[in-house]
Amino acid sequence: MTQVTTSTLVEVEGMKVHFPIKRGVVLDKTVGYVYAVDGVDLSIRQGETYGLVGESGCGKSTLGRAMLKLTEPTAGKVVFDGVDLSSMKGEPLRTMRRRMQMVFQDPMSSLDPRQSVESLLVEGMRAHGLDKGKESTGRRLRELLSAVGLPSTSLRKYPHEFSGGQRQRIGIARALSVEPDLIVADEPVSALDVSVQAQVINLLEDLQTEFGLTYLVIAHDLAVVRHISDRVGVMYLGGLVEEANSDQIYTEPLHPYTKALMSAVPVPDPVVEDVRERILLAGDLPSPANPPTGCRFHTRCPWRQESRCDTERPALRELAPGHKVACHWAEDIRDGRIRAHEVKPQLTQDDWDTGADDNSLAGPASVTETLGP
Amino acid sequence: MALLEVRDLSVVFKRKGEEPFTAVDGVSFDVEPGQTVGLVGESGCGKSVTSMAIMGLLAKRGVKVSGSAKFDGTELLTLSDKQMRDRRGQELGMVFQDPLSSLNPVISIGLQVAEVIERHRGLSRKEASVQAAELLDKVGIPDPKRRLSEYPHQLSGGMRQRALIAIALACRPRLLIADEPTTALDVTIQAQILALLAELVKETDTALIMITHDLGVVAGLCDEVNVLYGGRVVERAGRHDLFRVPRHPYTHGLLASIPRLDAPRGERLSPIRGSVADNIPWTQGCAFAPRCPNAIDTCVEVTPAMEPDPVVAGERLLRCHNPVEPADRVEQEILT
Repeated sequence: MTQVTTSTLVEVEGMKVHFPIKRGVVLDKTVGYVYAVDGVDLSIRQGETYGLVGESGCGKSTLGRAMLKLTEPTAGKVVFDGVDLSSMKGEPLRTMRRRMQMVFQDPMSSLDPRQSVESLLVEGMRAHGLDKGKESTGRRLRELLSAVGLPSTSLRKYPHEFSGGQRQRIGIARALSVEPDLIVADEPVSALDVSVQAQVINLLEDLQTEFGLTYLVIAHDLAVVRHISDRVGVMYLGGLVEEANSDQIYTEPLHPYTKALMSAVPVPDPVVEDVRERILLAGDLPSPANPPTGCRFHTRCPWRQESRCDTERPALRELAPGHKVACHWAEDIRDGRIRAHEVKPQLTQDDWDTGADDNSLAGPASVTETLGP
Repeated sequence: MALLEVRDLSVVFKRKGEEPFTAVDGVSFDVEPGQTVGLVGESGCGKSVTSMAIMGLLAKRGVKVSGSAKFDGTELLTLSDKQMRDRRGQELGMVFQDPLSSLNPVISIGLQVAEVIERHRGLSRKEASVQAAELLDKVGIPDPKRRLSEYPHQLSGGMRQRALIAIALACRPRLLIADEPTTALDVTIQAQILALLAELVKETDTALIMITHDLGVVAGLCDEVNVLYGGRVVERAGRHDLFRVPRHPYTHGLLASIPRLDAPRGERLSPIRGSVADNIPWTQGCAFAPRCPNAIDTCVEVTPAMEPDPVVAGERLLRCHNPVEPADRVEQEILT
């Protein structure tokens, strides 16, 4: 997209976010954890677009939120432009947040229906002291609207008066209003119709060129992510399994999961579809509350080997310049030394849900149950 | 004669004190046994309402359905509720988009599948549940015997969709309508479900109507594609013809606005201007005219008719006054 310099804007190290699963009314006992994000390192360079893909429940949104400290990480640290955010609290953190903004998936529920567009846009500016007098603010608002392609008459209107695509533009204008460096866009186009999706994707690209923004784009649609991103990270069950630039990830996916994901995305071209080789994965995503041992993907992996896969969790290692992969056998798979085999689907199970002995300790599910009929 | 013949199907919603709204306007298509026909379009194009009308699932009050939908020679639109009930589940099956809201949350999966078999084949509950287990196994649900006694919330999204397909297939319907069957699912699960549907069509010679907004799904699965806009079919062609030479500006625009996984990087998308909501309700002329780069004066005045394509050879119908010129190279290739 724009000039990608080598300086790093955001550095994430050993990020972990575990959500406790609680049972019981009185004791509030923690019976387990959902390992939403479980050890992720990544860095985003100034001016680039980093795309994070994965299926639902892989932890990509949680990772995005934890980077902005919207969700408190369990472990790990985030360094934003040289400043460690992990220990930051209160006022300094609030001030810091001006530089990192978020665009959400559903523009209807992320815009207050009772605020006019003007009030939505001014709110952030005011909170960060950018509202310096009526005239300059007015000028700034008109600039913002024209940047995102909305008519200047929009200021007095309310979110329900706009279509989905226009609402997403308001969400983007709101993020831009405080002159951020980083924008985290969580599924920015998935709620939109295809013909409108393209408008918003182009807009995001234009704004990046114009304002020199850095993006973290989180999406499940691989085609969208590949289109918009300079580098792509693929997540599976709370961990990053592969990271490469967006051409490499398409032409030479190294991790078995990435291969399967790539082959599953339908391409709007019958000629391609007819000859394409599909890698169908068996079964479902295992529960993040009870992730498989070793490599998280081994239960569904067609390239699974007898040793290491189920005992040792592979680390993300660099195979080619800029191309990292977390698989013990990546070289062997790449060079064709090991072949794919059939996998039987396994039942996915939450282990805290099945232990019959535990239930007596877990307490009643609700107050009415305690009281009885 | 085709298995299903839909002719000039229109659905008008009327509400007290409001202008009548035409959701589907003169839709015609045929489906043969073993054929997969796609209805493609964005939200509000009338694709789901078309299928609901065929299945007799629309409310009786405030909705006016006209035209004809003949299934194996029988007119479906004039059947009584009871006659329609006998056919649904038996000869006509339907898979909906959201499996969680189309399954009954308080009835076990086994019973929901067995219910259909009991009702239409007159088997006992015991016999029916044996068959139900076989069906679940066939649609790829692991450990089907145990799943029979489980409830929808205990299954994952993909498994629920499989259960829904099992219910739709319980009596081996001759026509299956799948309304966005994979939209709520992840891509890897979507690939599993699409492979399952394709296999079923091939094995049992079932006719399949695939309703989707995803042109990628259409490209891999459908034999014939109907592109809908504003309640009308605007272009119909075999999938290879349609994707190779899109003629209607809407089809053309849709294809140009999707980021493709296999496209070279850095290629800019060319979106369609405006949005669907811009021209609802339209009264006369082409519904796409306000967004169309090819629009001429006639477009807003006269509703174009569905006619064979005058330029490109092949079985293609087109509803457009000023279609997109096929690129020279492609035209040559097709004409020769």
